[in-house]
Parts: sequence; C-alpha cells; structure tokens
Amino acid sequence: MLRMNHLSKIYRTEVVETYALRDFNIHVREGEFVAVTGPSGSGKTTFLTIAGLLEEFSGGEYWLDGVDTRGLNDNQRSRLRNQKIGFVFQSFNLIPDLNVFDNIDVPLRYRGMKGAERKRLINGVLERVGLTSRARHYPAEMSGGQQQRVAIARALVGSPRLLLADEPTGNLDTQMARGVMELLEELHRGGATIVMVTHDPDLAARAQRQVHIIDGTILDLSATAHGETVPAAAQGAQGAPARL
Amino acid sequence: MFAYYFDLALRSLRQNVVLTALMIIAIGVGIGASMTMLTIFRAASGDPIPQKSAQLFNVQIDSYGPQPGVPLAPDFLPYRLDYIDALALMRAHRAPRQVAMYPISVDIAPPDSQRDPVQANGHATYGDFFPMFDVPFEYGGSWGSAEDQSHAPVVVLTRRLNDQLFGGADSVGRTVTIEGDAYRVMGVMQTWRPTPPFYDLGSGGGRYTADDEFFLPFARAIDQHWRTAGGFGCPSRAGIIRGWDGMLTSPCVWIALWVELPTAGSAAQYRAFLHNYADSQRQSGRFNWPARVALRDVSQWLDYNHVVPPALTTLTGVSFAVLIVCLLNAAGLMLAKFMARIGSVALRRALGATRPAIYAQCLMEAAMIGVAGAIVGIGLSETGLITCRRVLPDDFAILTHLRTGDILIALLLAVFSALAAGLYPIWRTSRVAYGAALTGQ
Repeated sequence: MLRMNHLSKIYRTEVVETYALRDFNIHVREGEFVAVTGPSGSGKTTFLTIAGLLEEFSGGEYWLDGVDTRGLNDNQRSRLRNQKIGFVFQSFNLIPDLNVFDNIDVPLRYRGMKGAERKRLINGVLERVGLTSRARHYPAEMSGGQQQRVAIARALVGSPRLLLADEPTGNLDTQMARGVMELLEELHRGGATIVMVTHDPDLAARAQRQVHIIDGTILDLSATAHGETVPAAAQGAQGAPARL
Repeated sequence: MFAYYFDLALRSLRQNVVLTALMIIAIGVGIGASMTMLTIFRAASGDPIPQKSAQLFNVQIDSYGPQPGVPLAPDFLPYRLDYIDALALMRAHRAPRQVAMYPISVDIAPPDSQRDPVQANGHATYGDFFPMFDVPFEYGGSWGSAEDQSHAPVVVLTRRLNDQLFGGADSVGRTVTIEGDAYRVMGVMQTWRPTPPFYDLGSGGGRYTADDEFFLPFARAIDQHWRTAGGFGCPSRAGIIRGWDGMLTSPCVWIALWVELPTAGSAAQYRAFLHNYADSQRQSGRFNWPARVALRDVSQWLDYNHVVPPALTTLTGVSFAVLIVCLLNAAGLMLAKFMARIGSVALRRALGATRPAIYAQCLMEAAMIGVAGAIVGIGLSETGLITCRRVLPDDFAILTHLRTGDILIALLLAVFSALAAGLYPIWRTSRVAYGAALTGQ
C-alpha cells in the first residue's frame, strides 16, 4: 500500500542543509494499522506530509498503492491525494463556516461527483460515525470528540485506500480520545489501512505495528500487542477501499 | 463548480465584513474617481463624427500676416477665413464637397401670427453641409446647389425648433417668417448634437454643444446683410470697417470653411491647391508675406483648438493614479485576508483541491469584490458628476452623464482591477507549505 525506499528529505537554506528524513524505508501493507512514534523533531510530521503527497521528497522512491509518485506534477498529486488518501489531524481542521454536511462534502466536490451521489455517500458516512442528527450543525456547536468524528467521516467519505492520522486524539480529553481510538480500531477491523502518528505510547501500543523515527531514520519495533498479522478482512479485499 | 466557488466566496466575504467593506470601498473610490474624470474627459475629447473624421478638413489661411506687438504662437493661423478667401475657395470648388458657414441669430415668427417671434441661433451655410456631416433628417432633406446659387429663401429646421413652431408635425413645404421674409421649410433634422460641435467651435452656444436651431443658404444671409453671431477677428492692418461692403472686403475673419476629401491623395492635392492659392494672393499683392496654410482633419482641428484643456488631461491622469493607489490598498487588504485563510486553503489542498481550483475559488472572491467595488464606484462617479454639473458651464455639464457603456467599462475595470489586485495574494496563498499549515509546525 505504502512503500518508501531510501527516501530522503532535505531542507536547504543558503548556508545549511538539514536532513529531515535520511535513507528512510518503510512498507505499510494493505489493511495494516501502523503507529509512528518518535520525539519532537524526529521527522514524524515530515514523513506524514510526504506520505500524504503534501510535500515533495528530495531523493529515493515513494510508491502509493502501486503508483510511483516520483515525477508526478501538482495536479496529478492532488488527484491521487483526493482519491487514495484520507487525513485526520490533531486540530480537526474543520472549516468553521461550513456545517458538518458541507465539511464532509469538500473532498467529494473536488472529485467532481454529482450532487445526489455526494449526498448518499455523506449520509452513509455520517451514519457510520453516529452523527446523522448533527449534519446541519457547525463545528463550533460540537464537542472536540464530535468534531474529530466529523474529520474522520470526511477522511472516509471518498473511500480512500489509506488513512493518515496525525495525533488524532491529541486535542481530546481521555474519554473522547477513547471514543475516537475505538472508532479507528473499528475501521481497522473493517480492513482500513491506517498510519497514525502519535506521541502517546499507550495509543501506539493499540496499533498493529509500531515504527519509531529517530533523527529522520526509521526503527521498526514490529511486534506489538496486536501482532503483525494483516487482518483477514483486508487480505480478502486487496485493492478495495478502506471500510468499516 | 462555479456555483460552489460562488457560494464559498460569499461565505468568505461575509466572514469578515469590515475587511470586505474596506476592500470594496478602496476599489470603489478608485473606480469612482477615474470614471468621473474619464466621463468628463471623453465628453470633452470624443470624436464627434467617427465615421468621417479623417475625411473632413478645416481650411486655414494666413490672412493676418505678421502682427507686430501681438504675442502669437509661431504656428498661429486665423481660426476662420475672411469673406474674400471663403468665396474664392467655394467658387474654385476643388473638393467633392465644400461648405462655408457662419453663425447667425434671427427672429423667426411661427406660422400662427398670434404668437410672438422667437429668437433663434443657426448657421448660414451651403446645401452640402448636410450630406457632408451626415446630418440625419426627420422630414424632407437639405436644399440643393440650385437654391445656393439662386440665394433661395429656404430653411432647414432642427427637431426642437420644428416642435416649437409646428408642434412636431411634418412642416416640409410650409413657410416660416424670418426677419420679415417667408422661408420655405426644406427639411427637419433629427436630433443631431455632434460633441463637441467641431464644425464651428466657439460659435454662438459655447465650446462643447451646438445650439443651432436652423440652417439657411449662405448667399441668402449675405444678401440680407446678417452679421455673424460668432467670432469676428481682424488683423492690425484692417483699420476702420465701414458698412456691410466694407466688412465683406476687409481682411477680418468670421467664416469657417470645411472640405470633404475622401482619400489621402485628394487631401494632398487640396493642400497643394490651397498653398498655391495663398501664394497667388501674395503675388497679386494682397498678402505681402510668405504663404502659410493649414488643412486639419477633425481630430487635428480639435487639438488645435485645445478643446481638451491640458489641465483636464492631467486631472484624468491623476485620477488613474488614484485608482492605482486604491488598487494597491485593496491588494494589501486582500493579501491580509487570503493569508489569514492559509489553513483553510491548505486543508482544501490536502483534501484534493488542485492549484487551479484554489486559484478559481480565490479569483471568484476577487471578482465579487470587483463587482461590489464597481457598484460603489458607479455610485460615487454619479455623485461626482452631479457635483461637476453644478459647477461646470451648462453647455459642458450637459455632456457629463454616465452612459450604459460607461457602466460596463466601470464594471470591467473594477473586476479586472480586483483580479489584478488579487493575483499576488492568490499566488502567495497557493504556494504555502501545506504540511506546516495543517500540522501546526
């Protein structure tokens, strides 16, 4: 699903070159739930933005769902991002002047789908995250946990192949964090491929596999409490979109 | 997606009403100032007869000669001709069409003798005047060369005078009494207001609008000893003018002469003829100075007469400088607005928006600001023109109105300006580091 080979990312200024990622290798298989941990400044966010095609890398290879992302132009990267990746951010990143329905609608708009089809998908995903009654509410009218559920719904609505989550519970209290984490686990059990960046060792431990980034290189901790076996549902659905 | 971008732009504009209002006002003030000045400038400088302005030429001859003690520009030539030159050039008939003219003011009695005569301004001219200047007719038409040669008592009325005298009815063939004599109506013109009235600038009704109400044959007016109601200038050698015949033989200038020359070749030939004519006057001893003549087409004639005051050109330039300053202000405000939305733009990019999609969304917003700015600008422009009309002379003020075309220009200018002002902010917005904006790092 996601494979980076000898990938590097260098930030250059006039006087200095800084390696954010160096000889970075990772392989996330279809249906895996991988937690990425590491200290601040280790390169976690850089990895996530490159994985999400939000930034270009300096060297190496990045294959996403069988597509070599080297040499893709900006429009091709945008379309690939729209079709294959769903994002969940720590600060939810909902658009405040759009209601829940319209927030979830954003990625579908850029896919050029018809109104009726968009409505069907949005209602479906709202039902999955338990927010059907909140469709016309604005983000400011909802709790943090509900907002993150909306963000997850938005990430899922286009049936992406990969869900990238950046500290998805970082802004939530314990109870809400538990609810969001249970939702992610439920998605994983349904076959979703999830890569989650987190500081929290307890959350990381709930993932199927942990990788640790230090100074821009990866340390695969592999065996976790959940084992490293790819879920059966995912094995039987190679190439299928992530679903509950 | 157009409707989607429109909806997003509307939401964004509503989000920060004060900033939106400032941008709209900035563009509106710039558009208002520039459109006000542009309207006045165009009223003063428009081509009054665009379909023929390059084929119609005013004739000038140096009948003054050196004027010791009189400060004249080196290129000065009398603005009109004296009677001798005008008559000679008309008789020479070297152009397909030529007309001499001078303004007159007479009493015209309505057919209903119960009413008092009205005093009206008009021109004594030739029948070629009407086809030469493309004058449109409501009823009838112009008189012909036969009437010119026979000094016939005929007249062409403007629609306004025809309304006044005949209640707007077809008066062709009927008679009006001018200074006690009966004149047969040959035609009634449609409303015709060349702006400025290039054919006899400064005659009678002012520099910018013609107030002619009738036209009658030149030779007939001469017969009647009707003096000019317009400009009359004499060189220092003129001395004292005695009587009507003295005026006709004097070197004083009071007659405008126009020729129609359809091709560059015919214009060159006429210019040569004119020079030869002036030179022949020198050889005959009438002029004792080198021949100097000018043949200016309509736009050259307007320039020569400084129809557009230099100060007006400067002010119009200044108003466009104001527009640029306003646009820079709007661009600054737009930059602030768009940069404050980096997070939202980054999010849309993360969710699959292409860069052109972001451009389209931002350009839609800029265009809407432009349309709103145009509406404010047109309002300010109309206010400015109302103020101008109160302080400007009537003949000029009447021209200073916004037309449908002006409103369209204002709209296009405002939208184009807003898009131009938004280009840099939009470009900056579309090139932010999305990862950092989304992850807060």
